[in-house]
Amino acid sequence: MTTELLRQLDFTPLVDAEEREITGGFCGDLLSWAMGRCTEGQVWFTVMGNLNAVAVASLADAAAIVLCHGAALMPDALARARSEGINVFATDLPEYEACVAFAREME
Amino acid sequence: MSEAITLRYTVPGDDFTRAGEASADVKRNLKRMGVDREAVRKAAIALYEGEINLAIHAGGGEITVTLTPDTIVMLLEDHGPGIPDISLAMSEGWSTAPDEVRSLGFGAGMGLPNMKKYSDRFDIQSTVGVGTTIRMEVDLA
Repeated sequence: MTTELLRQLDFTPLVDAEEREITGGFCGDLLSWAMGRCTEGQVWFTVMGNLNAVAVASLADAAAIVLCHGAALMPDALARARSEGINVFATDLPEYEACVAFAREME
Repeated sequence: MSEAITLRYTVPGDDFTRAGEASADVKRNLKRMGVDREAVRKAAIALYEGEINLAIHAGGGEITVTLTPDTIVMLLEDHGPGIPDISLAMSEGWSTAPDEVRSLGFGAGMGLPNMKKYSDRFDIQSTVGVGTTIRMEVDLA
């Protein structure tokens, strides 16, 4: 399973970086919590679209960020995600529903 | 690799857009040098938490990263207010971060616990009114 799956779920690609293998998913908005628990290759479902969220995704080696609830990706975060090669998708779905849709496809 | 390589950074206080630059740079450098991937990940996460703490709590500070043949050593030094109760500060969920910082997604009280979790050796020394020094070591596989 790769980040192509996120496209198939109709999540909107905001930053189209390298296609990555997906190992699972992580959901949460506290950055230190994500940093400590989001493991390499996971898709991170969150509403945090700021610069620091991109830094956390990069350091944790997340496969992608999925911004839920229609949360915005800040312009400086967009630029950082492009330069760091972090896949970012967006959806209007709440985090729970986005995770459920993702988990069904991962089964 | 026979000699130690040292990287030095200054972290500005209260600038959360720049906090993370040192850990990102360390990660890039260590990866380029072919250092074990999991060790790089652990070091980068521990260091990022440290950078954020320096920016939030200490008004900035200095970071020195030394790569030896078998260890990544990270030293974080500040001249901030110091930590009155280290064991309380080390407990998960305890935070003194202001609301402005919480709105960015920090302040979960996981900074110091994560730094310890991702280090193979962790030492913290702090004196109120003087500052805090943290030493973290990550072993190479």
